Amino acid sequence: MTKYILKRIAWIFITLWIVATITFFLMKLLPGTPYTNQAKLSADQIRIMNDQYGLNKPLITQYWVYIVGLLHGDLGTSFQFNNQPVTYLISNRIGPSMQIGAQAMIIGTFLGILLGAIAAVKQRTWVDSVATFFAIVGRSIPNFVFAVILQFFLAFKLKIFPIALWDGFSSSILPSIALAMAPLADTARFMRTEMVDVLSSDYIELARSKGLSSWQTVAKHALRNSLIPVVTIIGPMAVALMTGSMVIENIFSIPGIGEQFVKSILTNDYPTIMGLTILYSAALLVIYLVVDILYGIIDPRIRLSTTGGKE
Amino acid sequence: MEKILDVKDLEINFHTFAGDVKAIRDVSFHLNKGETLAIVGESGSGKSVTVRSIMGLLANNSNVPNGQIMFKDQDLLKISARQMEKIRGNDISMIFQDPMTSLDPTMPIGKQVAEPLLIHNHMSRAKAMERAEEVLELVGIPNAKNRIKDYPHQFSGGQRQRIVIAIAIVNYPEILIADEPTTALDVTIQSQIIELMKELQDKIETSIIFITHDLGVVAGIADRVAVMYAGKIIEYGTVDEIFYDPRHPYTWGLLNSMPTLESQKLYAIPGTPPNLLNPPKGDAFAPRNEYAMAIDYEAMPPFFKVTDTHYAATWLLHPDAPKVQPPAEILRRHELYHKYLAEQAKGGVPADAE
Repeated sequence: MTKYILKRIAWIFITLWIVATITFFLMKLLPGTPYTNQAKLSADQIRIMNDQYGLNKPLITQYWVYIVGLLHGDLGTSFQFNNQPVTYLISNRIGPSMQIGAQAMIIGTFLGILLGAIAAVKQRTWVDSVATFFAIVGRSIPNFVFAVILQFFLAFKLKIFPIALWDGFSSSILPSIALAMAPLADTARFMRTEMVDVLSSDYIELARSKGLSSWQTVAKHALRNSLIPVVTIIGPMAVALMTGSMVIENIFSIPGIGEQFVKSILTNDYPTIMGLTILYSAALLVIYLVVDILYGIIDPRIRLSTTGGKE
Repeated sequence: MEKILDVKDLEINFHTFAGDVKAIRDVSFHLNKGETLAIVGESGSGKSVTVRSIMGLLANNSNVPNGQIMFKDQDLLKISARQMEKIRGNDISMIFQDPMTSLDPTMPIGKQVAEPLLIHNHMSRAKAMERAEEVLELVGIPNAKNRIKDYPHQFSGGQRQRIVIAIAIVNYPEILIADEPTTALDVTIQSQIIELMKELQDKIETSIIFITHDLGVVAGIADRVAVMYAGKIIEYGTVDEIFYDPRHPYTWGLLNSMPTLESQKLYAIPGTPPNLLNPPKGDAFAPRNEYAMAIDYEAMPPFFKVTDTHYAATWLLHPDAPKVQPPAEILRRHELYHKYLAEQAKGGVPADAE
């Protein structure tokens, strides 16, 4: 198991290097330069700045400089955001995004699994219909609509939570809920389908024949078996949530990373694009590793053997 | 003989979009203490539905308009779901058909075997695991001590069926229901499982209801046999009576379609079973029955007594019915049986009838 994880971690680094390389060259193909929209700059000024940022060196040299910097943990300096080092920019702003994302993830998956399981156990009753209705609503209404509704009722009318302010845990609740709606709906629908399948299987009938009540059967046998496929969708969902949502961050004035990512692409802020892409890739790779380990914990048939490969 | 289970006038319907399917139509039978009763019939005859009603495991769309299932002075059809949970896996338990899908793939087998003990006996976890290990040893899982932490996928089909049996017997149930426990297994493994069940019946003194469509299996294990067709029991008797002196044309057909050393070509009963959405008003087997009389299409035959233990529901047994000649294979069996009875009466060593 340890050997398998070490091997996977090594692969994460190799994959990250490949991602960095591809992104580096693709990025240079983006139309425009960092000075597009900066009409006031004279040719001389641009030349001086190109010199300063090393943008007039051959591409391969630029790449080499970047990779060497990367190995030292230096992601370069942002062109846009007050000449801040990209590492500083990210570390300053990733915290709130990660927090909101993680909280949304926890709310979404736990409630989604619960809602899906209840709908499956009570299939073809009104409980199932209500759960299905909420799932469709949660999936089809964009999260910024939820955000505004939550703000209006819970913050503006009832004044339970701050409206749009980043100050401690209580201010993170509304954005987390708003962001959690879509994953909650997805998880619930997925979970229901799986659970309905599992509940009609022979081993559930056998569990009932042992004298387990229907809820005991669900808790001890059905839940775990239904979770196996659900874990699959949780991976990509987690990445999408953790890397920030520009819209939600905007609505709730959260100093997160979502806005920076969008701006950096629009303005050809090469170091910031690179830094964030590498960060997102790293997050995705780590989450996939966690998901694979989770699989093994949930399903003994794919448990990772100590020899490094899969059984 | 003491009756441990008494099923009376059982009727079960399944509600479907097309209408109510009358799956069980007025079924009565009983199980004596310590015996093995085989319920035989083709797919869809209602065998599995009957035993699932005893277990209280009928599908949600079923209803039971009529009937009684008496076990220890209580009607299993009347008691609450909670009371039924106390009986399931404790007094009455069940062995399922397909060992490949009957075990939870994500739970170690020791835990699965120990589960009924934990639910019903409030045993400590450690003690229950110890018992589970003993029972696994008893059903023939080699090296059970080191294997209780293993998962179902680490066992072969035959071994898995042994584990399923271990789960069923771990609480020493008074009634063990086996729903085609050998159907999904290789022939060689089948006989091992049958042997195991016979052995266990002696050891834990249980009564068995054995469901199967395989008459060969019945001969090896049953004391009495009930034959089902289209949701009804059409003939029942001791295993010898059913095998060597059958009276219902459907039982003739079943026995006739079983290959023997003498058979030249395999017989198949013509036609298909009736649709139980609209069961026929007479004998459901009449359209497939070459001996059918006019009355078979008009009125349901009552049970006619053959011996104290042997009854058959066919108009052929009515005193006014014409005498018919059963198929040659049945006559041959009949002859063997009478030779065997005669020899037994003489007190000699019974000849091997088969």
